Amino acid sequence: MLTDSVQSIVEKSWDIVVIGGGNAGVSAAITAAERSCSVLVIDIAPRDMRGGNTRHTRNLRAVHDAPTDVMTEGYSFEEYWDDLMRVTKGVTNEHLAEVALRGSEALPEWLRERGVRFQSALSGTLNLGRTNAFFLGGGRAMLNSMCQYAETIGVTFIYDADVSDIDMVDGFCNSIDVSWKGGHQMIKFKQLIAASGGFEADLDWLAEGWGDMAKNFLVRGTPYNKGRILRVLLDHGAQPVGALDQCHAVAIDARAPKYDGGIASRVDAVPFAIVLNKHGERFYDEGEDFWPKRYAIWGRLVAGQPDQISYAIIDSDSVKRFMPSVFTPIIDNTIGGLADQLGLDPEKVKSTVDTFNAACPEGPIDQMVLDGKGTTGLEIDKTNWATPISSPPYYGFPLRPGITFTYMGVAVNDRAQVLMQDGKPAPNLFAAGEIMAGNVLGQGYLGGIGMTIGGVFGRIAGSEAARVLNR
Amino acid sequence: MSSTDNFGVGDFDLKSLLDPEAAGEVSRVMQICNACRYCEGFCAVFPAMTRRRKFDEGDVGYLANLCHNCGACYHACQYAPPHEFGVNVPKALAAARSDSYAAYAWPVPLAGLFRRNGMFVTLGISLGFALTVGLMLAMIAPSLFWGVHLGEGAFYQIMPHTVMAAIPMVISTFVVVAFVMGWRRYWRHTGAKWGGVADLIDAVKASASLRHLGGDSSSGVLSGPGCPTGNDQSSNARRVYHQLTMYGFLLCFASTSVGTIYHYGFGREAPYGYFELPVLLGTVGGIILCIGTAGLFLDKWRLHSAVKHTDGLGMDYAFIVSLFLVSFTGLVLLVVRETSFMGLALAVHLGIVYGFFLILPYSKFVHGLYRFAALIASAAETRQI
Repeated sequence: MLTDSVQSIVEKSWDIVVIGGGNAGVSAAITAAERSCSVLVIDIAPRDMRGGNTRHTRNLRAVHDAPTDVMTEGYSFEEYWDDLMRVTKGVTNEHLAEVALRGSEALPEWLRERGVRFQSALSGTLNLGRTNAFFLGGGRAMLNSMCQYAETIGVTFIYDADVSDIDMVDGFCNSIDVSWKGGHQMIKFKQLIAASGGFEADLDWLAEGWGDMAKNFLVRGTPYNKGRILRVLLDHGAQPVGALDQCHAVAIDARAPKYDGGIASRVDAVPFAIVLNKHGERFYDEGEDFWPKRYAIWGRLVAGQPDQISYAIIDSDSVKRFMPSVFTPIIDNTIGGLADQLGLDPEKVKSTVDTFNAACPEGPIDQMVLDGKGTTGLEIDKTNWATPISSPPYYGFPLRPGITFTYMGVAVNDRAQVLMQDGKPAPNLFAAGEIMAGNVLGQGYLGGIGMTIGGVFGRIAGSEAARVLNR
Repeated sequence: MSSTDNFGVGDFDLKSLLDPEAAGEVSRVMQICNACRYCEGFCAVFPAMTRRRKFDEGDVGYLANLCHNCGACYHACQYAPPHEFGVNVPKALAAARSDSYAAYAWPVPLAGLFRRNGMFVTLGISLGFALTVGLMLAMIAPSLFWGVHLGEGAFYQIMPHTVMAAIPMVISTFVVVAFVMGWRRYWRHTGAKWGGVADLIDAVKASASLRHLGGDSSSGVLSGPGCPTGNDQSSNARRVYHQLTMYGFLLCFASTSVGTIYHYGFGREAPYGYFELPVLLGTVGGIILCIGTAGLFLDKWRLHSAVKHTDGLGMDYAFIVSLFLVSFTGLVLLVVRETSFMGLALAVHLGIVYGFFLILPYSKFVHGLYRFAALIASAAETRQI
């Protein structure tokens, strides 16, 4: 027997159903509801954990030609474009990339008008205060404000609701099957918007792209992004975009939780450390560039090492050069003792450290600039901030790849319509957010661009879905 | 920032004042927050946190008293329960804060008053005092007590002015000494540094506007979102009620001070006319104090259960209720002062006022003392950077 509230939701024929209650989904829902559509947002997570990876975000990257109250200096479309081309190495749909970047300019004000508060960047922001607008209190606070606004304009939210299938014929979506409140329900709608995220929490699916090494990955993002809807859409003939192994992955503390570790699991030690694999050997230039420009490659680097583990080692002089970690580093008064605690061969680590120390230049390093204080004569030189590891106690951070979100998704057009394998748009199906981020982000990563893609395409999906309904 | 500074007076152990469990939880939570820092724009607690890498007892005492318990950071927290990190900053700091009141109390044996039921202690003392005064007066001269007294000096026919003034003189001397000692214990425990008058001015500004209860440290007076009230909404109601209470209290205090000046400076005895300064100040102060305390009581009742630290609540309610009674009985006295109930109203009002002030150093009132000290320290730290 259904309760009245459940019955009214299940039996209603909704103008628009949005699957996924994160930034993209709620942006779409708000836009459609402002055009007088009836909108239901379905989130698979319980209310306290709602909103997918939006809970873990902090900012969005936005074009602004002049300084704003929350972003310093200017950040032109051209510079944004160059940044995107640099990190993706051109693996992007240039038309959709332009749509995303152009649309970013209006996002902060659009959000502010709907109750979201921004702050000026203070600390721990990886120097993104120029290019990115920071949410006061982070993504969860931002989402709370958006959901509160959405509810006041009539959007209905249900949580703990798992969409298991879509009744889809030739790309036309008739209804969805939802497990909710202990029963299986069929919910009908006119337009469907998929904003249900990627598949980073499904380790088996990750293994299809990465092989067995995926089992050693930590999932830094939400545990609820198992890619159920993405799988359903692909099975029903939606056109895939992006490679299976492309994702935003950073090196995080190996002691972080298997899922949901978020920002606090990060370790910013790398530029001031040496990083060793399980054989006690260095494998990459730790001082290649500033950390904000390099942190996004280290997930992939660590993933390439045996057993997907490595260790950042640092001394007491350098340990204060970066933000504290959520996990207390492993500490020892000798390099050998530290290696022993980390489970590494003490002799090998001592020899690696000695060799590194001998190759370091004279004088202090300057972390504010690319100081050129590089090692000389090593097989892999450290090109900046190289300073001997010689002041005990010594600190060790175990590192593993931590995946935030995956890029492989469904192809869309500039109206956020999902494209089918024949290249034609599905008639009443739209996608926004991580499920289609791969259209823009073929590889690489720019801090805050995920929220930009979600916000811009969420708004497009919402307005296009409403437009089809003549609203 | 360790708290090993020693003024050469080793009268208490700096390291073991706080309950280890409460302090340990703050330390655990702050280490998580310090690796996240998303909340840095809410208030002064998070910037203070980023200046530290570890959180010993003194830091806990400082941060706990700097927190205004608005709850914004809890509702914004990606690591709040049911996340396995289980971060609840307002609750952890509230527990440490209520523990710190006892830890800093002087004389030390009276610290236990904080740890017992605050409502019982406050009301018990206040009502006991009122009854004692009333009974004494009634037994000594019932006809005077129940008589109608008009004109200058009317109050002093019930109780001689010397007695009426001597009691608070003794009480306030004790209260001031207790406050000074409590402040000193706080200051040493937290390792706070005095940076200059500018820090004091900052702290006065922050208190006058209650900026840190606004939910956005960069916003002006009442332009911040305020405190979350559950269901994603925020309101400045608590901030408004608190300021009505604070300014109401200050107006009443001013009223008493002006009355004292009238009495000794100009030889004019109470009661004063309805439109004379002491009565005007007291009436306006009393009314907004009543509104403020009633509002705070209801607001605290509704406070999101997740951020409440229930152990300290008795003390909170007791303080709000007794402050309400102080102002309410004062207003009643004003109304009935020309009737035969003046004696009774005066006795009840004076008793509650005396009782209120006597337990002041062991009541929620001390939150103002330690928070003000924390605001000074926070201003000093901010200036150094």
